[in-house]
Amino acid sequence: MPLLKNGRISEESWQPVGDEAPLPSDGAIVISFARFKAEPDRLAGRNAALGVRLKNTDDVRALADHVGRLGLIVLEFPKYTDGRAYSQARILREELGYTGELRAAGNVLLDQLLFMQRCGFDAFELARPDAELVWRKAVSTFAVFHQPTGDGRATILEQRRNALFEQRAQATWSGTAG
Amino acid sequence: MYQYDHFDQEFVDQRVTQFRDQVRRRLTGELSEDEFKPLRLTNGLYLQLHAYMLRVAIPYGTLSAVQMRMLAHIARRYDRGYGHFTTRQNIQFNWIRLEDAPDALADLASVQMHALQTSGNVIRNTTADQWAGVALDEIEDPRIWCEIIRQWSSLHPEFSFLPRKFKIAVTGSPNDRAAVRVHDIGLRMHKNAAGEIGFEVIVGGGLGRTPLIGKTIAPFLPKQHLLSYLEAIMRVYNQAGRRDNIYKARIKILVHEIGVEEMRRRVELEWEGLRDGRLQLDASVVADIEQRFARPVYEKLPADSAEVALLRFKDKAFGRWMRANVVPHLQPGYAIVNISLKPEGEPPGDASAAQMDAIADLADAHSLGEIRVTHAQNLVLPHVKITDLPAIFARLQHIGLAADNIGQVGDIIACPGLDFCALANARSIPVAQRISRHFADAKLGAEIGDLQIKISGCINACGHHHVGHIGILGVDKHGEEFYQITLGGSAENAASIGTIVGPAVAYEDVVGAVDNIVRTYLDTRNADERFLDTVRRVGISPFKERLYAAA
Ligand code: SF4
Repeated sequence: MPLLKNGRISEESWQPVGDEAPLPSDGAIVISFARFKAEPDRLAGRNAALGVRLKNTDDVRALADHVGRLGLIVLEFPKYTDGRAYSQARILREELGYTGELRAAGNVLLDQLLFMQRCGFDAFELARPDAELVWRKAVSTFAVFHQPTGDGRATILEQRRNALFEQRAQATWSGTAG
Repeated sequence: MYQYDHFDQEFVDQRVTQFRDQVRRRLTGELSEDEFKPLRLTNGLYLQLHAYMLRVAIPYGTLSAVQMRMLAHIARRYDRGYGHFTTRQNIQFNWIRLEDAPDALADLASVQMHALQTSGNVIRNTTADQWAGVALDEIEDPRIWCEIIRQWSSLHPEFSFLPRKFKIAVTGSPNDRAAVRVHDIGLRMHKNAAGEIGFEVIVGGGLGRTPLIGKTIAPFLPKQHLLSYLEAIMRVYNQAGRRDNIYKARIKILVHEIGVEEMRRRVELEWEGLRDGRLQLDASVVADIEQRFARPVYEKLPADSAEVALLRFKDKAFGRWMRANVVPHLQPGYAIVNISLKPEGEPPGDASAAQMDAIADLADAHSLGEIRVTHAQNLVLPHVKITDLPAIFARLQHIGLAADNIGQVGDIIACPGLDFCALANARSIPVAQRISRHFADAKLGAEIGDLQIKISGCINACGHHHVGHIGILGVDKHGEEFYQITLGGSAENAASIGTIVGPAVAYEDVVGAVDNIVRTYLDTRNADERFLDTVRRVGISPFKERLYAAA
């Protein structure tokens, strides 16, 4: 599957390992959430990068104590109209402080890229040769945003507040000067 | 009314550009109809039986004269010369061509309008009391909060693919005119013991297949926390709302299934992490938004006009119209004028381009340039000098909009029904037309008094039949149009769902059945008792007996 990562088409560097398959001793692997919960000790003994793939019905808060050792979390969009993973993403990023790769898998379409990015996704399984171009367009369509999320963009309300503060500061300054 | 700043303008302009590109990709076949569908839906474009329908948002039902003229222009230029005002204080154009839609949206953006969030599984246009800002009983103007919600919910990245559509209503008065108990979330402003104003948050109300009255999840929410609390509710719903069955996907089913206590527990858990974050509303920002509502400047006037009072007696038609359509304003010497879009025998809620222009002119001349749209599908001139009333009445007569039936039997709410809607079992509009003509001929409207008839063409209940004093629901009986009748519904303070009176009746028999019910009421009521109160007092049996006795 072609991968768009931080706006660039990238090589896949993670190997998916099924629930029954033996754990390879090295190399970056992705396992299911069920397996992650079932084999904590064997996984802890492994000295290589670890990723987890969640269903959109899984409770991401169960990862609260583990986000520090995960290098990849994959969230699923079984259909693009099923928006549960947006909430999972924001909880991971904004509440649990997860900083590794957050990947959108499944029915990922270009018209949803901006929403996904705003919720904290930075990697996308996007089956298009023009993915980079499409990405640049998607994230630059809007320059103003209403909702505060973990993406670092200032909201319109915040920009308004800052403008009001500046106005007030100006007024005070000219007040004392005069 | 609210004036956009450059942020608001930039946002809608960029939205138009984005949609233009999406339509282009659809027309070239790059997007399948399936992929295009949610994109057009968030821009208010539905595919109906015969053509595309564009639903334009009229946030909290407030319009300027300039905006009304633009709606007339859209009707003329891109549609068949008329528009249809809906029960969600929006307007629909039923005959839009896909290739014209981006131009229509660009025209709308030029007067600070859009079609965002008017369809799809998103937070829809937030509605409010149509008399907001001018009602005598108001604690605080709910439109400021609707506007804050509108901005927060516009293209929300987390909540653009909810299990189902989501509707929020706000009332700022103790007398609820926004039906807050039958919304996904209802917000009722009130004062606590300390005299502070906050919100009672009601969740899980709704009509449709499973009508439910909402439950109070927070009795008093301080204003600065409004958005974080809403976000917490939405997050719980986005994750736990059912997605396996479209008829069980509304938040009311979730609340019903897990109970309001569990719902509250989950919401509070989410809220903990959000409450003191960036969604907290800064008083200065709220004040700034409030300021951009540019309050009307009233003249100092005597409270009454002897001339107008005299005319009420001399000119009976004017007197009837005054009694039914004009209500008191909080400013002495001013009145609120309701314009009925239910002239006898016409489709409820329709207005022609010429009528829209004429109303815009009236608003400029007599209502400080402002117009409201009500969820009963009527229009309002909210700031009228009492001395101007005769002139307004004369002009309304001239353009065919002087029907004196606000809140009466002729003021029927009806969904589009089988004439336009692909989901319908039966026609709604012709039923409304026939009922209103019947009672107009009988000249019974004023005599019957306060009576709300609401008609839906199918169980989706867009015509809110469950909360009609008389509710009429189109059902399919072996391929024929039949109508189930309910009595005693209400969306006001003591909200109630109507009770089915008996077996459904055929299309030809609906008018007769309603007439029969009304006559039972007239014979049964105590002195000044309203229809609803009579039904509540005597129950449905007397109505049922007489209705089915004949058969
Ligand atoms: S109630 Fe049914 S028929 Fe009427 S508009 Fe809604 S979906 Fe269509």
